[in-house]
Amino acid sequence: MNLQSFRESAWNGLWRQNTGLVQLLGLCPILAVSTSVVNAASLGLATVVVMAVSNFAVASLRNFIPYEIRIPVFILIIAALTTVVDLSFNAYFHDLYLVLGIFIPLIVTNCIVLARVEAFAAKNDPVSSTVDGVMMGLGLVCLLAVLGGLRELVGNGTLLSGIEMVFPGLSAISLFGPDYPGFLIGILPPGAFFALGCLIALSNLIRSRAARHKTAAPHPTVPTPATDQPASAA
Amino acid sequence: MSARCTAARTSLRTAGIMVVFTVAFTALMAATFEVTRPTIEASAQEGKMRLINEVLPRASYDNLLLDDFVTLGPTPELGLDDGGHIFRARKAGEPAALVLEVIAPDGYAGRIQMVVAVGADGRVNGVRVTGHRETPGLGDYIDPKKDRNKSQPWIEQFADVSFADIGLDKWKVRRDGGVFASRSGATISARAVTHAAARAADYAIRHRDALFTAPAGGRL
Repeated sequence: MNLQSFRESAWNGLWRQNTGLVQLLGLCPILAVSTSVVNAASLGLATVVVMAVSNFAVASLRNFIPYEIRIPVFILIIAALTTVVDLSFNAYFHDLYLVLGIFIPLIVTNCIVLARVEAFAAKNDPVSSTVDGVMMGLGLVCLLAVLGGLRELVGNGTLLSGIEMVFPGLSAISLFGPDYPGFLIGILPPGAFFALGCLIALSNLIRSRAARHKTAAPHPTVPTPATDQPASAA
Repeated sequence: MSARCTAARTSLRTAGIMVVFTVAFTALMAATFEVTRPTIEASAQEGKMRLINEVLPRASYDNLLLDDFVTLGPTPELGLDDGGHIFRARKAGEPAALVLEVIAPDGYAGRIQMVVAVGADGRVNGVRVTGHRETPGLGDYIDPKKDRNKSQPWIEQFADVSFADIGLDKWKVRRDGGVFASRSGATISARAVTHAAARAADYAIRHRDALFTAPAGGRL
C-alpha cells in the first residue's frame, strides 16, 4: 500500500463515498443513535473497530472463501467479530460499554459493514482493506458527530451531554442556559430525518459547486477512474 | 455423471467449507467469552453496588449486601410479573434496610424499572430509576442522569422521607393532592414513579420481618 492509495482510501471514506452522505448505507443506526454527540460518535467508533477487523479478516481469508457462498461466510465473520468486540468492550472498556452496549449488536445489521467487505475487502489485500474499513468508519464518525451535535443542540440546547460517562471530569456544554425549553423534535426520530436531509443537501451543494469549479478551470485535472461502485441507496 | 449427483457433491463440499468457517469463528467467540467472563461478572457486580450506594448510604450497613438477598416470585404489589430480588442490609447483624427491585407498570412509554431502599425504621432511603423509555427531554427527568436540574434532581425528593409520616393518601404528586413535586407537561412519568415507590415502601414495611428472617438466597 503506497501513499497514493492511502490518500485515495481516506478521501473516499471521509468525503467522496461517505457512508452517510453519499452511499446512504446503514441509515438505521445513524438515525437511531444520533440523539447526542457522545452517543453518535461512540457508536461510530465501535463501527470503525468492527469494520477494520472484519475487512482485515475477510481480506486475509478471501482466497479460501468460495465465491458462491461468500455472503453467508461474510455475515458469519462479521457477526462473530461483532460479538468479540462486544465482549471485549464489556470487559475492558466497561464505562464506554454502558453508553453503547445496546448499540454494538446493531452493527451486525449495519449494511455498510457488509457492503465494504463485499465491495472492497473481498478483492484487496489485508492492509489496504483495513485502511478502507477505518476510513469508511471515520467518515461515519464525522457524519454522526455532526448529526448528533445538531440534534442535541436543537433538542436540548447542550453539546457533549453524557461525556462524563466516557471521560469522568468533563461535563456537558450548555449553550443556551438552563432555561432553554428544548425543541423536542430534534431528539425524536423525525428530527433525525430532517437533520440528515439538511446535511445531505449541504453536501450536495458543496459537491456541485466543486464540480462546476472544476469544469470552469482552464486546465481540468485528469479524472481518476473510480474504484468504487456508484452511490446506492440502503 | 448425472447433474443431480454433481449438485449433491457441490452442496456437500460447500457445506463442509461452511462448517469449517462456522467452527473456527465459534471457537473464536467461545474463547473470547471465556477470557472476558470474570472481568464482565466483576463489573456487573460493581455496577449493582454503585447503584445501591446511591440509594443507601454505605455507612448504614456492614454486611455483604449482594450476597444477602431473597428471590421473589411474581409479585403484583411491586409490579414484578417475572419476579425479582430484595437485598437485605444489616448492621452488626441487626436489620438496617431493604433494597427492592420495583417496576412501575404505568409509565408514559411502558414500564419503568426502579430500585427502592426502605429502612427497617420505615423511612424511604432513596429511589433510583434503572431502566425506562420515557420521552427524552420531557419525562426522562425521573432519571437523575437525564435530569437537567443537576443541583436538585427530581428523584432526590424521595431521599430519606418517612412513609408513615406522609401516609399513603399524601404520597402522590402535588397535582393529585400529594406532597411530591412534578414538572409541568410530564406528570405521568413522575406519577408512575411516585406510586411505585409508595407500593414498594408499603410492601417492605408490611413484610419486613418475613423478609429479614428468610434464609439468604432463598425464595419467598
